[in-house]
Amino acid sequence: MANAQETGTKGSTLIAGFIFGIIFGFLLQKGGVTKYDVIIGQLLLTDFTVLKIMLTAVITGMIGIYAMKGFGWVRLQPKPGSFGTNVAGGLIFGVGFAVLGYCPGTIAGAVGNGYLDGLFGGITGIVLGAGLFAAAYPRLQKGILSKGDWGDVTLPRLLKVNDWIVVVPVAVVLYLILRLIESSGH
Amino acid sequence: MMEWLFARQLSPYIVGVGIGILSWFTFLISQKPIGCSTAFARTSGMVERLLRGKRVLLKPYYEKFKPVVDWEWMLVFGIVFGSLISSLLSGDFAWQWVPARWAATFGFSPLLRFIVALGGGICLGFGARWAGGCTSGHGISGTLQLAVSSWVSAICFFIGGIASAFFLYNVIGR
Repeated sequence: MANAQETGTKGSTLIAGFIFGIIFGFLLQKGGVTKYDVIIGQLLLTDFTVLKIMLTAVITGMIGIYAMKGFGWVRLQPKPGSFGTNVAGGLIFGVGFAVLGYCPGTIAGAVGNGYLDGLFGGITGIVLGAGLFAAAYPRLQKGILSKGDWGDVTLPRLLKVNDWIVVVPVAVVLYLILRLIESSGH
Repeated sequence: MMEWLFARQLSPYIVGVGIGILSWFTFLISQKPIGCSTAFARTSGMVERLLRGKRVLLKPYYEKFKPVVDWEWMLVFGIVFGSLISSLLSGDFAWQWVPARWAATFGFSPLLRFIVALGGGICLGFGARWAGGCTSGHGISGTLQLAVSSWVSAICFFIGGIASAFFLYNVIGR
């Protein structure tokens, strides 16, 4: 059973994941981001729905998670990374993001919305791409993925300051970016 | 009171706050941040295992991300149903091969759209696993934890995405 807990495959864990997924998918669809047109509109800088949703989610999530961390209710789980991992991978992801017009989460929502380019083209492609990466991983791991390692550091730990010294300014800056987007008429 | 259930679209700010609050609960109840792309890596492992047998499990990447149905896999599966429920309630559900914005520039051929979506998907899946996360795992969950890896990734997602979208629509699609 220890093994099942490690990988999160216990029945109750799976049911919780499924319920969270239903709520997430419901919100993504109501936000309009299960649609190709909305996502490509963001990347062509004509429709800022994606950024508005993401930045609002980050402000809300960040304040809540850091408050709960302060109470000792949750533990952060920042992902480790490196220059070679996040910059190169991020740029490759970006190309796929624009060419497909969905991302791994919103494509599941696109399927629920009835979009067949997502179901047949996109999902098949993402699974194939992940498989190709698994095949390339042993070689990449020793090379580019280890270049410029910064581990799982967070901004407050990097700057060696109290969490809120970073949380509050980041929330203010993101809020100002949203105000700027609104005032520019988008 | 319940009109929002049937709305075709809600304010992005309401949706954003909703996703932010949802992330509190995934941390609190499941001790997990929202993320989507490892589910695709696990699925590719399951497919490979079906085709090539158990030795696939020895691949270093599948030792790290075992080809099993886990919390995150069920989250992605749940997204399909959440979106289905939302789009059925609002009447927005529709079978569609070719999105309108694509068709306006590249035409109505489902085959062309399928091939490009497949190619884009391969790039997206490869890049997501290379970067160690996607628009959800890095873009929302990682940035809200103020992880350096996630801020760098999220910025690069958009740099790569914006440059490619402009190339696609303003150079190739001119």
